[in-house]
Amino acid sequence: MSAIDAPRSSDVGRRPTALTGRDTRRAGRRSRRGHRQRIRRDRLLLLLMVPGVAYFLVFHYGALFGNTLAFLDYVPFLGIAGSEWVGLANFRQMFGDPGFWNAVRNTVVIAALQIVFFFPAPLALALLLHSLVGNVVRRFVQSVVYLPHFLSWVIVVALFQHMLGGAGVVNGWLGDLGLGSLHVIGNPDAYKPLVVVQVLWKECGWATIIFLAALSQVDEQQYEASALDGAGWWRRLWHVTLPGIRPVLVLLLVLRLGEFLDVGFEQFFLQRQAVGPEVGEVLDTFVYFTGFANGEFGYAAAAGLFKGVIGVVLVYTANKVAHRLGEQGVYQR
Amino acid sequence: MRHAYPAWQGRPGPAIRAAKAVALAVVVLLVLFPIWTVVATSLAAPQDVIANGGWVVWPRRITFDAYTEILDGGVVTRALLVSAGVTVVGTALSLTCTVFLAYALSRPGVYGGRPVLLLVLFTFLFPPGMIPLFLVVRTTGLFDQYAALILPFLVNVFNLVVMRGFFQSIPAELLEAARIDGAGDLAMLWRVVLPLSKAVLAVVGLFYAVAYWNRFFEAIIYFNDQSKWPIGTVLRQYVTGGADMTGEAVATAAPQSTQMAVVVLATAPIVVVYPFLQRYFVKGVLTGALKA
Repeated sequence: MSAIDAPRSSDVGRRPTALTGRDTRRAGRRSRRGHRQRIRRDRLLLLLMVPGVAYFLVFHYGALFGNTLAFLDYVPFLGIAGSEWVGLANFRQMFGDPGFWNAVRNTVVIAALQIVFFFPAPLALALLLHSLVGNVVRRFVQSVVYLPHFLSWVIVVALFQHMLGGAGVVNGWLGDLGLGSLHVIGNPDAYKPLVVVQVLWKECGWATIIFLAALSQVDEQQYEASALDGAGWWRRLWHVTLPGIRPVLVLLLVLRLGEFLDVGFEQFFLQRQAVGPEVGEVLDTFVYFTGFANGEFGYAAAAGLFKGVIGVVLVYTANKVAHRLGEQGVYQR
Repeated sequence: MRHAYPAWQGRPGPAIRAAKAVALAVVVLLVLFPIWTVVATSLAAPQDVIANGGWVVWPRRITFDAYTEILDGGVVTRALLVSAGVTVVGTALSLTCTVFLAYALSRPGVYGGRPVLLLVLFTFLFPPGMIPLFLVVRTTGLFDQYAALILPFLVNVFNLVVMRGFFQSIPAELLEAARIDGAGDLAMLWRVVLPLSKAVLAVVGLFYAVAYWNRFFEAIIYFNDQSKWPIGTVLRQYVTGGADMTGEAVATAAPQSTQMAVVVLATAPIVVVYPFLQRYFVKGVLTGALKA
């Protein structure tokens, strides 16, 4: 990732040691004395790193190690050491499990729907906001549309029930107008559109931030030139705006493809029961219900590990594609 | 309000301006109206709510009965206190650890900086799975402890990268000047870096606080003791009737106005804090994030 390539050229702010500046660092790479000197010099900074690094070691690398569960017939009472090593049996069970494939199918469909509907929507909203010249209106609308991003899924689901539920606001109106009723909440057929609309409601506004920043970077002179050439709104959009924000578009798409299988856990955890696993199960909820409801921890860990590995492969592939397209992607080669 | 349109664009016609206004109004209403009816329903008298079919848009009589009822020392009161405590302690710890690590990693040529950074960034690629993390939490003895809602989420990689990016954008001359004045690494952090980083501290602090306040799932798997549940977990129980989310079943539980009052209380802190920090969003998020 490019974050690694920090400017390393400057030595400002470093306390000088016996051997000063850069030479210490070069020489220090090889000699043990240099190491010791650098540790002494940076001891305070190293101390500052301790809590954060300890956190990552315990909760991330510890959890990484915990993935061994996927190869065990794990019995909580016996622990990792006491449980029987079963090799790839959990994975074999998984590949033969229709419930697992159902979860994969639902995840892929929902992820695809999210990309198709969620990707253009914030861009459209950002274009609309960007075209406003009045700062007051623009800032007000921005404050409003950012807000749902900060609400928890419990609240969002509660709001949707309140609006669209059987006894909700919309059905009340429809009833008053004599138009029958809308069966959305708890209706398996409406579930996939519903979860996509929920994501749209919650995240569309927030997603405009990055588009707005990109739009403000587009070269004004190109707009002028194209307007002089008589290009209308659509042509300016197609030939100036979109090419201007292409790096950001590609970056976001790469990021999204990289986490293709992460359709979100809490949203589905909250609503799966209402529609049943047939349509409501995604990979993350599959892991949860296999592990915590059925107590098959080894099997659940295998499914989780499978998803994690696919995720890494997807990020890698998406980056490759981005590089092929001549863009930066998430990390550099 | 009379801002000029750029010369190449000209002023759009009335039809286009009207269409834009309508579109914006629809967007704003779609966001605000659901929140509004929830607030209105929570303030209405229960019989009015029932008479109207479970919700109101405009309460005929305003009553705070629903709020006094749930704030009277019951489950919800307790849960709000738990959430507030977890949020305050968690945000303080998270910000501290993130600042420390980000600062150390932002100093050019710090010993071990590169391996540590790689160690951290790798976790971004391969986040811990639910089951292995559960195992770690159990092994570290965090079960039924409030720390289980904090420690597993202590440092967020994204926040860390944003903050480090921001620290790196601080002009090196300022640090150099402080060092010449005899400031050590800690003094530089305290006197130079932090005062210049209010925007990113505000934004990252808000992200942490919101995440802590909204966390509900972890309490379900880590806590056997339901009296330790935070507001999100209780809200799930109250409003969604636990596992049953069919919409029709809700009406039979607590009165609608009570349920909606819980929703309002779970939302209120965010809505109250948010306007004060909003102006930092773009500055704080983008300076760091676009670099990452």
